[in-house]
Amino acid sequence: MNMINIVIDNKRLTVPEGTTILEAAEKVGIKIPTLCNHTDQTVKANCRICLVEVKGSKKLSAACATPVWEGAEIVTSSKSARDARKTVLELILADHAQDCLNCIRNGSCELQKLSMEFVICEPSFDNIAKELPIDDSNPSIVRNPSKCIRCGRCLEVCHDVQSIGTISTAHRSDEYVISTAFNMPLDQSACVYCGQCSLVCPVGAIYEKNDVDRVWESIDNPNMHVIVQTAPAVRVSLGEEFGMEPGSIVTGKMVAALRRLGFDRVFDTDFTADLTVIEEGYELIGRLRNGGKLPMITSCSPGWINFIEKFYPDQLEHLSSCKSPQQMFGALAKTYYAQRAGINPKDIFVVSIMPCTAKKYESTRSQMYSSGYRDVDAVLTTRELSRMLKLAGVDFRNIEPEEFDAPLGISTGAGVIFGASGGVMEAALRTVYEVLTEKELDKIDFESVRGLEGIKEATVYINDMPVKVAVANGLKNARLIAERIKRGKCDYTFIEIMCCPGGCIGGGGQPHTTTNKAREKRIGATYTEDKGMKLRKSHENPAIKELYKEFLHEPNGHLSHKLLHTTYRHRKHIK
Amino acid sequence: MSIEAKLLSANFDRIIPDSLEDYKRFGGYNGLKKAMNMRPEQIIEEIKLSKLMGRGGAAYPTGIKWEQAHEVKKFPKYVVCNADEGEPGTLKDKYVMDKDPYKLIEGMTIAAYLLGAREGYIYVRGEYKKSQEILRGAIKNAVNANYLGENILGSDFSFDLEVISGAGAYVCGENSALVESSEGRAGRPRMKPPFIKISGFRGMPTLLNNVETFASVPVIMDIGGEEYASYGTDYSGGTKLITLSGNVVNKGVFEVPFGITLREIIYELGEGIANGRKLKMIQMGGSSGACFSEELLDTPLCYKTAKAKGLSLGSGAILVIDDSNCVVDFAKCITEFFLHESCGKCTPCREGNRQLAKILDKFAKGKASKKDYVSIDRISNAMTNGSFCGLGQTAATALTTSLKFFKEEFDAHIYGRCLTDCCSMSEGEE
Repeated sequence: MNMINIVIDNKRLTVPEGTTILEAAEKVGIKIPTLCNHTDQTVKANCRICLVEVKGSKKLSAACATPVWEGAEIVTSSKSARDARKTVLELILADHAQDCLNCIRNGSCELQKLSMEFVICEPSFDNIAKELPIDDSNPSIVRNPSKCIRCGRCLEVCHDVQSIGTISTAHRSDEYVISTAFNMPLDQSACVYCGQCSLVCPVGAIYEKNDVDRVWESIDNPNMHVIVQTAPAVRVSLGEEFGMEPGSIVTGKMVAALRRLGFDRVFDTDFTADLTVIEEGYELIGRLRNGGKLPMITSCSPGWINFIEKFYPDQLEHLSSCKSPQQMFGALAKTYYAQRAGINPKDIFVVSIMPCTAKKYESTRSQMYSSGYRDVDAVLTTRELSRMLKLAGVDFRNIEPEEFDAPLGISTGAGVIFGASGGVMEAALRTVYEVLTEKELDKIDFESVRGLEGIKEATVYINDMPVKVAVANGLKNARLIAERIKRGKCDYTFIEIMCCPGGCIGGGGQPHTTTNKAREKRIGATYTEDKGMKLRKSHENPAIKELYKEFLHEPNGHLSHKLLHTTYRHRKHIK
Repeated sequence: MSIEAKLLSANFDRIIPDSLEDYKRFGGYNGLKKAMNMRPEQIIEEIKLSKLMGRGGAAYPTGIKWEQAHEVKKFPKYVVCNADEGEPGTLKDKYVMDKDPYKLIEGMTIAAYLLGAREGYIYVRGEYKKSQEILRGAIKNAVNANYLGENILGSDFSFDLEVISGAGAYVCGENSALVESSEGRAGRPRMKPPFIKISGFRGMPTLLNNVETFASVPVIMDIGGEEYASYGTDYSGGTKLITLSGNVVNKGVFEVPFGITLREIIYELGEGIANGRKLKMIQMGGSSGACFSEELLDTPLCYKTAKAKGLSLGSGAILVIDDSNCVVDFAKCITEFFLHESCGKCTPCREGNRQLAKILDKFAKGKASKKDYVSIDRISNAMTNGSFCGLGQTAATALTTSLKFFKEEFDAHIYGRCLTDCCSMSEGEE
């Protein structure tokens, strides 16, 4: 590798060829302000907040986009650079709604943070922001184009990571906007509600639909029995909302905090993750034995379900008919749990805490009323939960951990790993292997299906028969799998597909601290949590065993089909 | 008229534009034939000797550009012509395409021969429907006569040329935006590096030149680089097509040798200011060019001299403005033009033009204050030094230069007076 000698802010530095000024500055302890730049994305260089001076040139350079060259002498905070940056920031602010105090991103907004650093006390330019209509047409994601600073992060994630492209740039100059085709509302677009755009948006232009108020209302209602379930991926990310390091495991703190909020019972989606393993495992065994449609593909991820229904509706038969753990939980909460607790299901309000925006939509699907009521009444993202906790003054970092309630809070390590890409596959293999071979697994860690890689493969020998499996995360990779199926070139038996990069730990409802690095840390934490569990195979979960004994009677049985399985439908992209 | 030159424009109005026979009768395709008997280094050397510089406005030495393009060892390579000619007050590329289209085609063919390119594209301004038709006809004739297509002139060199129509965006004159648009995407500039020469059209090495640049090459090949250079100054070789417009008696496109002065252009070629008015201001190089007063009239036409005086020849547009016009009103029009044409991608250009247009509107209505000068200064600096592409970097030039030369007119507006009565000063007052 060629090394380049430069001087940056009076310090001599040797860096590899290709290093940008932004990266070089970091090495000398200078954080150049950025806005459109995102650590996991390509360089866009369109906000121009990172302008720096290179001696000998009157033109300023965008630090994010300029590779250093031999002998370059860079002054990151020269007068002309400081002046230009401040002007750029003020120009953005002059085209931005001035209602920070009423904004959902108040306190977590990157533009606000820059304004703080630049100390803009008095605006220099007239505010010329246009008020554009807010799109809250769907249950998952809200778009407020008046707040948009046109950084293009949402576009990149929608096009390049998820291969959807439901939003694009439209028009030019002061009309330049990020828009759906023909500016149709999102619910009439190809959007799958994955919310990855809301994760990368630096400002309050794209965010989750707020369901916090509905949850407070139900808690406030003394006649309502309010129970909450928490998704596996939330326990390894929630801490970041309170300044903890990515990968902090906060399961017990989260349970305690939820009790402080006033939930009557704190349960765990991991319980129904274990149940999903049983139902889906038996479904797979059934398909193998009866010549059913293969490869079978998992159905836990609602973004993925939206994707296949909208883009590959002729492949719906490949989907497992299992509902997602969230929806299995809701259906059981208002039947099995209601009976056991002696509570009328109409008086039960089920809240789920999810790393996901698509889960909000999922809970509204017409198939999700199998208990006779709406199975899951409200879905909160990790971000919304953190807002509730902050409002209630919960000292999250110092709260004493507590345990989940029984029985819907009892789970195994197999349920925990649902949160990471490859986890559903690994959990299923732990069970399917032992059921089919009636032997105990020597090694229950299937490491080849773990990690951030887009498509992972493994071959497992069950009764000496090779079973090829694949795991995909991120819809771009899901599309590759679907294309293989379309071309008849897909010889896998079982495929796990998760909509979001890294699986649910990287979901669209997670904290804004989500980057691929944070994803890796959360994945690490997920497997640590799994390792620490007494039981690590779903079929060994005593509460699940009891559930079958007392209520469901058998996997894939009549009641299972009524409560735990679902159907899918063809959906056109655009109406 | 003696101060005009007739190299590039020699065929204008003397041949039937799309008649290949006519073109050949006056020496057409001699350049290509010569080039095809030369080694690549010799072709490059001739162009270097000619001191030809990019005629689109950036004035990058063509010989060096072609040498770099030749050295790139990635194939296929593409030869693309920028015929977008969006710069207001510029008409010279249209003249070349409409009056002598084979010169452009021959020039591109020589480039393709040098580079080993198999395909070329001419990106023609969307409004130039007639030019597109003429070019398509000429390309067809050239193919039929084996000057284009398979095995040109019996050699193993093959080259196809196609016309692409622009869609009306000024920014597509910027080379990477032009390439984006050619590929069917919205015309917005690309991130550089990678540069077009390495990763351009379809991600492959691309040689992109202006119409006039390509059309000059057959002349250079024919008469030799040194001979061509001798028409111009030591620094700027050869001749330049200029478009003279505005308040002069004789408007039009003229070919002039480098070195003649603006005074000669305006008062001899242009026959002076029309309607007995007085000269107030000149804008050179199109809307992105500098505005200046009479005091710079003796500047000779030369890239180097112009630069020393803070000017740029740009596309060779010379807009003459007489004393009936208001400088503020003019600057406002130019700024509104750029506001309309900004692609919207980067902050300084998108938001800067918006704010400048708003401020100039205040001037025109007599509502501006001295504080607005500070804002103009800050915004134009951020635009000029910090925009993503050339459009934003030059959009404030007309404003900042006219402020330099005609500050008192801006001041008058602050005090509620438009010296020429062009600005209503009260319109829209509540």
